[in-house]
Amino acid sequence: MKSEPIFQCRDLKIEARPWGQEPIEIVKGISFDVFPGQVVALIGESGSGKTTISLAALGYTKPGLHFANGEAILLNKDMISLNYEEKRLRRGEHVAYLAQSAAATFNPALTINEQVIESALLHGEMSKETAEKRAVELYTALELPQPDKIGKLYPHQVSGGQLQRLMAAMALVEKPSLLVLDEPTTALDVTTQIEVLKAIKKVISEEKSAAIYVTHDLAVVAQIADYVVVLYDGKIMEQGSVEEIINNPKHVYTKRLMAAVRPTPKASAIEQSVSTPEFGNFTLNVKNISAGYGLASNRKPPKLVLHDISFSLNHGEVVGIIGESGCGKSTLARVIAGLLPAASGQILLNEKELHSSVKKRSLTELQSVQFIFQMADTALNPRQTIGEIIGRPLTFYHGIKGKKRDEQVKEIMQLVELPNNFINRRPGEISGGQKQRVNLARGLAAKPTLLLCDEVTSALDTIVGANVISLLKKLGKETGISFVFISHDLSTVSSFADKIVVLYAGRLVEQGTVQEILSPPFHPYTKLLINSVPELRVGWLEETLKKQGTEAGISGKVEMVDVGCPFYNRCHIKIDGLCNTILAPHTISPSGHEIACHQSDMTLLE
Amino acid sequence: MINDAEENNPETEIYQELHDAPSKSRLRLSLIGKICVGIVIFWIIIALFGTYLAPYDEAHFIEEDLLGNEFDDPSFMSPSKQVLLGTDYIGRDVLSRIMWGARTTIGISFVATILAYIVGIFLGVMAAVAGKWIDAILSRSIDVVLSFPSIMLGLITIAAFGSSIPMLIILSGLIYAASVFRIARALSLDIIVQDFVEVTRARGEGFLWIITKEVLPNIAMPLATDFGIRLIFIILFISSLSFLGLGVQPPISDWGSMVRENLQGLANGFSGGAIATIAPALAIASLTIAINIIIDDISAHDGGSLSGKMV
Repeated sequence: MKSEPIFQCRDLKIEARPWGQEPIEIVKGISFDVFPGQVVALIGESGSGKTTISLAALGYTKPGLHFANGEAILLNKDMISLNYEEKRLRRGEHVAYLAQSAAATFNPALTINEQVIESALLHGEMSKETAEKRAVELYTALELPQPDKIGKLYPHQVSGGQLQRLMAAMALVEKPSLLVLDEPTTALDVTTQIEVLKAIKKVISEEKSAAIYVTHDLAVVAQIADYVVVLYDGKIMEQGSVEEIINNPKHVYTKRLMAAVRPTPKASAIEQSVSTPEFGNFTLNVKNISAGYGLASNRKPPKLVLHDISFSLNHGEVVGIIGESGCGKSTLARVIAGLLPAASGQILLNEKELHSSVKKRSLTELQSVQFIFQMADTALNPRQTIGEIIGRPLTFYHGIKGKKRDEQVKEIMQLVELPNNFINRRPGEISGGQKQRVNLARGLAAKPTLLLCDEVTSALDTIVGANVISLLKKLGKETGISFVFISHDLSTVSSFADKIVVLYAGRLVEQGTVQEILSPPFHPYTKLLINSVPELRVGWLEETLKKQGTEAGISGKVEMVDVGCPFYNRCHIKIDGLCNTILAPHTISPSGHEIACHQSDMTLLE
Repeated sequence: MINDAEENNPETEIYQELHDAPSKSRLRLSLIGKICVGIVIFWIIIALFGTYLAPYDEAHFIEEDLLGNEFDDPSFMSPSKQVLLGTDYIGRDVLSRIMWGARTTIGISFVATILAYIVGIFLGVMAAVAGKWIDAILSRSIDVVLSFPSIMLGLITIAAFGSSIPMLIILSGLIYAASVFRIARALSLDIIVQDFVEVTRARGEGFLWIITKEVLPNIAMPLATDFGIRLIFIILFISSLSFLGLGVQPPISDWGSMVRENLQGLANGFSGGAIATIAPALAIASLTIAINIIIDDISAHDGGSLSGKMV
């Protein structure tokens, strides 16, 4: 195994050279080797230079960056010193790149096959027939459905996870010696992540190619990598085999990364937070909400994306709403906020009905429910200062102006742990995690009784996300605010919420306390979600794939159905003739644990 | 390497969140861009002070030479110490008329562009934010204006109302407001679907706040770059009208009319009057091309994000 390395990175330095300014070093002297058949993970948070380093394997830098020193030797040739034409020939043939977002990589106007075999034809490596044959081979290896037909489809006709795997086929078509994978699973749901990880792992070992795997997620690294390089601020903190790093991390930074990894959701591990009805008397009741987009001629949405959702929330409580993308989580939050009027159903705030449209709600009603958007990058006006952004709700709802407003803004900034001197900065001048804090601070400035948090951590790195969650916990304790916390990540939700509502394809499939959700009886979908959260240990992927239900669960995708149970196509305990014709009844236990399934409690207990 | 880092960072070390890339640098221009800024500044100075610096009045006839001898034929005289760029078809100093004309041409175009902007942005942003039927009515009416070639529209209007400087300003201002409307609406539509506008809607903010605080500041920069292009179009439009004899009326000088008045001089070659028509044409060209290059330059340094938004 220990033969000559395929790829060697030797004291690599890369700098940014802004106009008329001193060059800034982005990558500060990196050396590591990749041997044949080995998967090397580059791990670090955003800004650590991991993508920049991985691109050096292709002899490429992003615009504005320059190689300052060092070599990136691929098969005995330094990719950096090659000229453009030589680089072009080697890319695709010897080294291939897999970008983060498959949806953005594929051209929607060409069929999948045309794009997968394009590079092989460009390099004159293969004839069209051989290339197509090779593509079908890869589709089979990647376990894509109907390998001989899928290539004739257009990118929008396949699911996100399939597209991600097709991109792997695109990279592998010329049998490259080195594969560079840049966060290929980060933007995916947990269930889809398993599907893609499994396929990539299999195909890498079958093709015997080496790979550089870029990610910020240690739990993913534990599943796929052989060797790990931990990066921080363009420097190597620690490197070693995956067992060494995971089981026995030496460096403080690695330990910190490990600590930030989402804990595995386990019922026993959760301290049962007794929700005591404290000083306030806030309640939110969501009753039989249905909603959809667009208006048909009867002034109702033509197709509903939410069906008959009910849950309630008391003072100081945290309700987590969980489900994969496309299940209607954000739609539900938008209905509660009044941004999307419900087609039917009621929202009661302190026993009083809220108007379905934000335009008709009173100022106090608006003030008491605040919506925190997912992407802090787009939710903050780039032309306003932090002070203006946080101060506006104070003026708008409470009429606080001038010096008094500045003081209060500073207090709120302290609450979310932002330095006071940020008050005159603009969103473009602070980091991603800080933007999310500003986003939170703006919601808090309204002095609400309920915060709707829509995936507030999913766009953030593990460490930054963990910080934001602990901040939310602190705020909940200090201010008594109630939260509706939306996420596709069960471990984040279960570490923070008191109650959990599980949505699937616009329907409520299970709700109850965290304890109830994480212990049997499980709805099969909840079980799938729990089994899909990656654990920080080597070998977890294989184990979970063996569990019953995972295989069936990861092969399907979310589909809206008009008849029967929407989870039918992915369920391992479905009852044919019943589940696909009749919607499952909701069984509610005395304690309020609600499950929508045809199966008996006994079956679900397993 | 590994141990090295650990030794420098004791257990207590707090790892700061790494920052994103440093914020974008300010406006920078290439050498040609800088030269073009010089040209534009030069013309602005001429427009402001040209009437004081010019050797003669715009309507002054050169009748005698420096020694007091009367000319036989003062028209289309070749350049000399007395008249640096020669004289025009009835014997006026070309240099002085270009300097006086700068004020008329640039002044009218500038005021007209501002008018076009005020009307266009107001209607465009309103259409985008209000949406529904207000948008539909405004957009379709603007489409009607845009469907006529602007020069035709100008000719018809001037034929009906006659030509005067205020008339020219209002006319060109309104015609070009239509294209500003399109751009302002398109840019605003991009902005109002952004999350931060949704946030203000969820907060319950009114129309005026959304327009003035959320939308306008975010479309100001691309619109500002577009201002230059619109100014060029209006300069060319007014010059074309003047060239056709429907723009600025004599004896007031204006670059477009100067080109037309002296056209016959072209036949005489450089010794006899070609320069009287070429010089104002060059003035128009230098100003418009310079503005254009500056805009391209700014857009290029903005990573093309501005030019991408130009419609």
